[in-house]
Amino acid sequence: MNPTMDTEPPAAPAAPASGTAAPAAETILSVRGLRAGYAGGAPVLKGVSMDVRARAVTAIIGPSGCGKSTLIRCLNRLHEALPGAFCDGEVLLGGRNVLDWDPVLLRREVGMVFQRPNPFPTMSVFDNVAAGLTLNGERDRVKLAERVETSLRRAALWDEVKDKLRSPGVGLSGGQQQRLCIARALAVEPRVLLMDEPCSALDPIATARIEELLLEIKDQLTVVIVTHNMQQAARVSAHTAFMLSGELVEFGPTQGLFTKPSDKRTEDYITGRFG
Amino acid sequence: MKRHFDADLEDLRGRLLRMGGLCEEMIHAAVKLVVERDEAHLTAVEDWERQVNRLHLEIDDVCLKLIALHQPAAGDLRLIAAALKINSDLERVGDQAVNIAETGVFLCKEPHIKLGDIPRMVEVAAGMLKDALDSFSRGDVELAREVIRRDDEEDRLKSQTFNELVHLMQRDASAIQRGMDVILIARNLERIADHATNIAEDVIFMVLGKDIRHPAEQRASEGPTATA
Repeated sequence: MNPTMDTEPPAAPAAPASGTAAPAAETILSVRGLRAGYAGGAPVLKGVSMDVRARAVTAIIGPSGCGKSTLIRCLNRLHEALPGAFCDGEVLLGGRNVLDWDPVLLRREVGMVFQRPNPFPTMSVFDNVAAGLTLNGERDRVKLAERVETSLRRAALWDEVKDKLRSPGVGLSGGQQQRLCIARALAVEPRVLLMDEPCSALDPIATARIEELLLEIKDQLTVVIVTHNMQQAARVSAHTAFMLSGELVEFGPTQGLFTKPSDKRTEDYITGRFG
Repeated sequence: MKRHFDADLEDLRGRLLRMGGLCEEMIHAAVKLVVERDEAHLTAVEDWERQVNRLHLEIDDVCLKLIALHQPAAGDLRLIAAALKINSDLERVGDQAVNIAETGVFLCKEPHIKLGDIPRMVEVAAGMLKDALDSFSRGDVELAREVIRRDDEEDRLKSQTFNELVHLMQRDASAIQRGMDVILIARNLERIADHATNIAEDVIFMVLGKDIRHPAEQRASEGPTATA
């Protein structure tokens, strides 16, 4: 755990001119020498460094226990919330180390969607999506309604729930609940959206909808997705990182990694020779 | 970890090499028919062609099944992609050999005509095909590059044969039909060499993941590449 905590929210980067594509190589998140683990145990991450491109999907793949979930949980400091957990190194967002930020402020900038959909059980569809905004002090009902609709549309859920916004969120199907969680994460307009195996509890149709949604939003938002499904990584991401035993083995354009990986360990993993 | 998939890929390789072997036999038999003026070779060529066509269908089917069932990646994917293309090239090689044999049957019935550099062209084209298949079997990139280099020699021999036959037809109008047939055979052999070149290019892609076709167009389409 970093000893100092800067509670100042970071300065937002200058927004790109409307209608202008971001430069392909713009980095939003720089991970430098990231180590993480649990006190008294072997490190789970052994000094990972990688640059995450802005407004693109980056996939992290690797066998169980390789540290991929720990890595993204460090990016919004959820890992440190576990008893005995430690995390050091640098995770630079907008040039500032997020390990020094107030975790609550950080999570407005770096949202997360988990493996199992987890809508707030007592809240309606509307309130689920509005929850983050309400917590941030937004009380204007018109603004809330606008943001809820925009977020549900971006999450490709609006048409299915527009007539039941006041119904409980947990009454939706599993796939709809997961898109509701994505809408909830999008509502606070994060700069980065982390997804930890977001489709592993969903059927193929619901999975396809989430993948379509990712393809829709990929040019507007930075997404880092951990997935066990290599075909999913190949379909949705622009860049893929392969991790093994807490180390980043290979990181590069997805097409290259899946057709001509440069490391034999990557080749062996993606061709099913181990893992 | 040994995978069942490896046995499937080995089977695919085996079928392609069998098909390639049949194509080599077809070329030699077809040209023998032309040189020895012996129509008896046509039956063997036609029989092999039926086997090649069957393998053509089978190999396509196997490749599609492997893609659908295993969603291959990396080296596995490149092998199957190469196999699909090599399969088409070999089927075309078989067709060219049949064309040579059929033209030869016509020539057998006509007075003798000079064959230009056809014997040497057969040697080069069949050699290229054999080495392209060997490079596929062994994943030998150097041999594949050597095959590609030899294609120029075949083109040169074809031009030489064309010129020789054109002069002959200019001097003797009665040789025009036969001369045109020899030119067609030269053209068939040159196409076989082109297919061998394609196979060699596929082998390089299969082994290195590098597409060496159409280098000028590749350079033009290369944009800024992302780096990790």
